[in-house]
Amino acid sequence: MPAIFTFFVMFLFWTALSGKFDGFHLGMGIFSSGLVAWLSHDLLFEGHTKKLAPTLVEIACFLRYLVWLFGQIVLANFHIAGLALSLHPRKHLEPHIIKFKTSLKTDFARFVLANSITLTPGTVSVRIEEDTFYVHAITRRSSADLAGPGPGEMERWVAWVFEGGTR
Amino acid sequence: MIGFDILVILMMLTGLSFFVATTVGIIRFPDFYSRVHAAGKGDTLSTSLFLGGVIVYLLRDFSGDALLTAIKLLLIVFYIFIASPTATHAIVDAGYEFRVPYWTRTSDRTGKAGTDENGENKFYPEDLKG
Repeated sequence: MPAIFTFFVMFLFWTALSGKFDGFHLGMGIFSSGLVAWLSHDLLFEGHTKKLAPTLVEIACFLRYLVWLFGQIVLANFHIAGLALSLHPRKHLEPHIIKFKTSLKTDFARFVLANSITLTPGTVSVRIEEDTFYVHAITRRSSADLAGPGPGEMERWVAWVFEGGTR
Repeated sequence: MIGFDILVILMMLTGLSFFVATTVGIIRFPDFYSRVHAAGKGDTLSTSLFLGGVIVYLLRDFSGDALLTAIKLLLIVFYIFIASPTATHAIVDAGYEFRVPYWTRTSDRTGKAGTDENGENKFYPEDLKG
């Protein structure tokens, strides 16, 4: 079953990149996608245990989360651009490291949270040790969401997408 | 059609201004870590705005070829959104591994890098514990 999904993903990718729809090129695509799917079917969906319907729900929730994340990226970009173009950036910068414990259980949810933290300008996740995140933030405003008591807004979103929490 | 042109120009101009702000940030920010902040993140939004402008420009005259090119550009945006934070994290992690000190306003005054208001270094996990 994972091999079939891998095959379709690979084949879609092939057609999008090649852009030729004659028999020869599609045949080559079927051959190579089949080969890749056969050799590495256990890589793409490794450790995925959910059934099809919950997976689709999860993908829909994830897309909803991406919309919110993009809004945050835009807001934070304005913040950083304002800092960079301000007259005396050193007066406004306040780099510091914060650490916080996450309530997320799965590795993948933690990976998504860490990458989202890095994507929003002003915060970079430095290291994750067990359930503790170390984050470098450039101003107090950048780290306000993460440093507060309890899980921040971003963490609640990630928990809502992957672990059925409330946001 | 004029509406599309205005949209394309607006998207590209905003993307370019974010690129400019990013570059200015790299030059003006005080230390390694804050420069990585400016370098690693400004480009995700600016690249997606810029390539978004190109996609709108392509799809103005709709055809199969234009659609394929638009899909390829979308894939580029998608991969930048995965690769950029990963690379940023790798650079910051390398700096952390080699204990590159970080700038604070106090270190600007005292000349002692990586110290907080009390003159203590609070950067590494073992320092943060307790």
